[in-house]
Amino acid sequence: MAQMPFIIQEQQFQRMKSVIARLCVECAARVVFLVDRDGQTIAFHGDIGDMDTTSFSSLAAGNVAATSSMAKLIGEETFPSVVHEGERESIFISVIGRSLLVVVFDENSTLGLVKIRAKKASHEVAAILEEAVSESSAFAMSQNSVFSEITDEDIDSLFS
Amino acid sequence: MTFINYASREINCKIVYYGPGLCGKTTNLQHIYDSTAQEAKGKLISLATETDRTLFFDFMPLELGTVRGFKTRFHLYTVPGQVYYDASRKLILKGVDGVVFVADSQEERMDANIESLYNLEENLQTQGYDLMKLPYVLQLNKRDLPNVIPMDELAHELKRKDEPVFEAVAANGTGVFDTLKAVAKQVLTELRKS
Repeated sequence: MAQMPFIIQEQQFQRMKSVIARLCVECAARVVFLVDRDGQTIAFHGDIGDMDTTSFSSLAAGNVAATSSMAKLIGEETFPSVVHEGERESIFISVIGRSLLVVVFDENSTLGLVKIRAKKASHEVAAILEEAVSESSAFAMSQNSVFSEITDEDIDSLFS
Repeated sequence: MTFINYASREINCKIVYYGPGLCGKTTNLQHIYDSTAQEAKGKLISLATETDRTLFFDFMPLELGTVRGFKTRFHLYTVPGQVYYDASRKLILKGVDGVVFVADSQEERMDANIESLYNLEENLQTQGYDLMKLPYVLQLNKRDLPNVIPMDELAHELKRKDEPVFEAVAANGTGVFDTLKAVAKQVLTELRKS
């Protein structure tokens, strides 16, 4: 069987949103993402313009997965953060357990500021994520009716 | 790992297309991409070499519709098939909810199929999964070519459990959606059980 689903409850989602919204303002970032290590966007705040956020999250996760494996090959346990500096836009990724905090910033901010602010936010997000993971199983049981009632017809209708 | 967001009422699942080099994994995704309405899909991302061989992965998000008020979104990935990209394949299997094994039906690719299937089982194990318990579909691709192994023989050789088996010609779309539907159905059925 596949693993137990990872469930984010409404109030946990809102708390995470407010942490990343505050981080976005405090470090003058363009946009801040919270991404699952499997590549799924959990939440974001800021100016995404016409950015394809789904692809962005998937690539961020692939990027961290690759660099983490590279770390192991050179004898490091992991790289807790990854930075990509561009001419105008830069990306800072902080690894928080099984999630990633991704800050996209430009010349209105600095890497130093992003690192300091992201560190504090990472602790807050980590606590909420830990809570979400530990409550996923019990919450799934309490919401049993939603998914246990899925019928074969429901599934077939997705492909009609 | 299926990710359920109760705030945005979304279910996100990850499906990985696995198989030997040049078996048609990317072609499967390309056909799904080409045949899906714009509003139901995101971009098809290909991390490929200059000669269009998958280097890290191909990826496309696909929104199938709503089940019990939850939007269902499938993230489709392919792995690089070449033997020497094994480290990348391991990474892509992380968090997988369902696997499609795309076999190349040509006689001369039989050994490559078996090697890749063995590699899948091994890599799943290192990620803590058991193929026998995971949503899984076997696709026998390239059925239009002249030198293919008869379906029964090929299926007998490659089947690992009671998984659904589909004949396919991914290049013209035959069997592509049947395969996707079968694996997606198993993933959602698992969700019902959990």
